[in-house]
Amino acid sequence: MKKKRLIPVLLLKNGMLVQSKEFKRHQNLGNPITAVRRLSEWASDEVIYLDITRDEEYDLQRDDLGTANRHSFLEIIEDVSKFTFMPITVGGKIRTLDDIERRLKLGADKISLNTAALERPEFIGEAAKEFGSQCIVISIDYKLKDGKRIVMSRGGKEPTCFGALEWARVAQESGAGELLLNSIDRDGLRNGYDIECLSAVSESVRIPVIACGGVGDWTHFGEAFDKTKVDAVAAANIFHYTDQSVYLAKKYLHQSGYCVRSPDLMVLKE
Amino acid sequence: MARSVCILDYGSGNVKSVYNLLQELTPNVKISNSPHDMEEASHLILPGVGAFGAAMRKVKEKIPMDPLREQVFGRRKPFLGICVGMQVLATRGIEFGSHEGLGWIPGEVGELSTGEFPLPHIGWNDISVTKEAPLMRELNRGVDFYFLHSFAFRPEDPSLVLATAEYGERFCSAIHLDNIMGVQFHPEKSQRAGKILMGNFLSLEEG
Repeated sequence: MKKKRLIPVLLLKNGMLVQSKEFKRHQNLGNPITAVRRLSEWASDEVIYLDITRDEEYDLQRDDLGTANRHSFLEIIEDVSKFTFMPITVGGKIRTLDDIERRLKLGADKISLNTAALERPEFIGEAAKEFGSQCIVISIDYKLKDGKRIVMSRGGKEPTCFGALEWARVAQESGAGELLLNSIDRDGLRNGYDIECLSAVSESVRIPVIACGGVGDWTHFGEAFDKTKVDAVAAANIFHYTDQSVYLAKKYLHQSGYCVRSPDLMVLKE
Repeated sequence: MARSVCILDYGSGNVKSVYNLLQELTPNVKISNSPHDMEEASHLILPGVGAFGAAMRKVKEKIPMDPLREQVFGRRKPFLGICVGMQVLATRGIEFGSHEGLGWIPGEVGELSTGEFPLPHIGWNDISVTKEAPLMRELNRGVDFYFLHSFAFRPEDPSLVLATAEYGERFCSAIHLDNIMGVQFHPEKSQRAGKILMGNFLSLEEG
């Protein structure tokens, strides 16, 4: 039987791993390569790398980190794929088919589109036709406004005309292979997923949905599997502070009877 | 005999990851489409990410076919297709239209009927080995592999199937015909299981 997936999300800003709160505050957590090595050894099913560097907001106070952030993100992906033999999704700043091809070549298995797809939904279809739907993830960041879940573009900054459910359907129709659904309001707040929205979206599309945003303890993963049809659960912050976090999360899910891979089987290098 | 691998690169394969995994097993790995490197290699791999039609177009554009056929059918070197690299071995594929495949293993590639399950089939799934073969050594105890696809290979001769997996329907997850092999899953992304499979492939001899 196919297993449900547990996916750590790594947010990279100017080449450094960061923690995020409500898409606004980003705290530096250090070296992204060491982090992914840990995650690989601890039984992640996949990993998602998102480059959230904003050129227009380049933080001059962090110039000790180096300046070649746009290049270094790709270099990081290249390095990471040298020692993780697990699936990698890469997102951030992808505008052209060429951008996609470059990332796949470096070792990414899937790419995630956000702003570029919102600006020109046909781009989803063009990418799917070239690389297959299976590697096109549409990342949906949404925010509650007057009781409606509005899809936001440009890293959660600009509202679009789409509601979350509506955009999920459009993305699927346009050729997306998977959806990464992220609640901006819950980002970094640790009070659990937006179950209502995850349930509505996962019931109304045929492609797999990945839940993201708001996990504060392992039971939140279980809640999403119990109450919605999501295919995978993702989180960022929670995985970075506990030792062996992915292993422990996996162990919790496995022992609670969820259909996940056993946490003990997966180390490639013995 | 020293193993040397030539990974064919047609521009839509997940070439680097396959290369990285092979590096763990043998120092002699090249990414190349040159007839000379195919000739030098003891094993050939066609990786794959992408849609059938686009993959076939690029395979035809970028890989010199006569020298490759010579290595596969003349010299009978072990050949492994991965994911779309396996699918293009079929006679034809139906994804964004109908496309002719290489036709090395008679059969058709069509969309998975997943019933209630989401499509694409993305994630870890266990395989059942249906036929004993050196490629599947040590992998016959319900081992999980990573899958990422919407289409499946349906061979004309079901006895060529080495392993299946279940996702709405039971489909072919590994196949072989003489020295030509294909796997639907991604060994380069399947952690320990993938390394075992790749080791098995490298242990195969010509002929």
